Amino acid sequence: MSIFEYNGSALVAMVGKNCFAIASDRRLGVQLQTVATDFQRIFKIHDKLFVGLSGLATDAQTLYQRLVFRHKLYQLREERDMKPETFASLVSAILYEKRFGPYFCQPVIAGLGDEDKPFICTMDSIGAKELAKDFVVAGTASESLYGACESMFKPDMEPEELFETISQALLSSVDRDCLSGWGGHVYVV
Amino acid sequence: MESVFGLVGADFALVVADSSAVHSILVHKSNEDKIMVLDSHKLLGASGESGDRAQFTEYIQKNVALYQFRNGIPLTTAAAANFTRGELATALRKNPYSVNILMAGYDKETGPSLYYIDYIASLHKVEKGAFGYGSYFSLAMMDRHYRKDMTVEEAVELVDKCIIEIRSRLVVAPPNFVIKIVDKDGAREYAWRESIKDTSVPTA
Repeated sequence: MSIFEYNGSALVAMVGKNCFAIASDRRLGVQLQTVATDFQRIFKIHDKLFVGLSGLATDAQTLYQRLVFRHKLYQLREERDMKPETFASLVSAILYEKRFGPYFCQPVIAGLGDEDKPFICTMDSIGAKELAKDFVVAGTASESLYGACESMFKPDMEPEELFETISQALLSSVDRDCLSGWGGHVYVV
Repeated sequence: MESVFGLVGADFALVVADSSAVHSILVHKSNEDKIMVLDSHKLLGASGESGDRAQFTEYIQKNVALYQFRNGIPLTTAAAANFTRGELATALRKNPYSVNILMAGYDKETGPSLYYIDYIASLHKVEKGAFGYGSYFSLAMMDRHYRKDMTVEEAVELVDKCIIEIRSRLVVAPPNFVIKIVDKDGAREYAWRESIKDTSVPTA
């Protein structure tokens, strides 16, 4: 089994009309065994910036601690919050630092930039950014998620409809993946 | 393979561990205590490589004591769990410890809590947790019978059910178990469940 599939995870982020939604599953497993059904994968960096970390749980926790540290330092120096595009570049740089001994995580970053323009991106475990205008996915259920999102997504959805869409896409995809599931956490901003 | 499991009750937390010290096919002793009393209100049940287990748990215990000496107040369970995770995570890519940990504690403000810490430093706060081959049986029994806010008697009944399952269904079942409890009165040994008694060696 691949190291990325050790704990199991599913993450998806979608863009709506001046809003974004980011959702994750809630399972924490150790290969075939489920350890917990309330595991948090999405973290708030600031009010308009959320990051989800899929992959190995220990690296997700370590990486989250490092990112919060860097963002707090940025806030102290710049006296403002980080823009999502900047944060994405920061995450990419931190991941590439460990190019030959990487963190086994795939982050999904979602935020509202200037004038509340939604921004989402994902990257692989060594920091290759993938910007998208509609949706991004990560985790063990990513292939199912691609299919579900492609068929369910419409541009410029209002928050309520976006919530419904992302929830249905997440739940139907994780139902086909034994390593992720047990419900979902959805954040709509 | 070592079994450790634990659960949180109404105002206490229990940790149970087997007590066999095994090397390959040889059982060195069957009254090894694998649940360390970290401080007055914390328990650290560990399973894994025996050298790493002894060294790492002692290291955590001494650092928890040092914090109390330096700062005059004890660490909360959450803080101790996060410290332990940090040490495991730092060592992970240099010199990893092969120790799985269940940390139980009682804090005056937040009550009892149980933390599951994997050998690769994944930390999660849980109501019931287990490690080892015994986990397949103990987790299943706990999923079936566990309720929130159990009394000590109900919880020990559940623990005994789990021990019966492990003993009857695991091919290399450990014969003896130790149960430790932590509540507002502190962390202490609750009981042993022995089916093989080691003959005590007279000390020199």
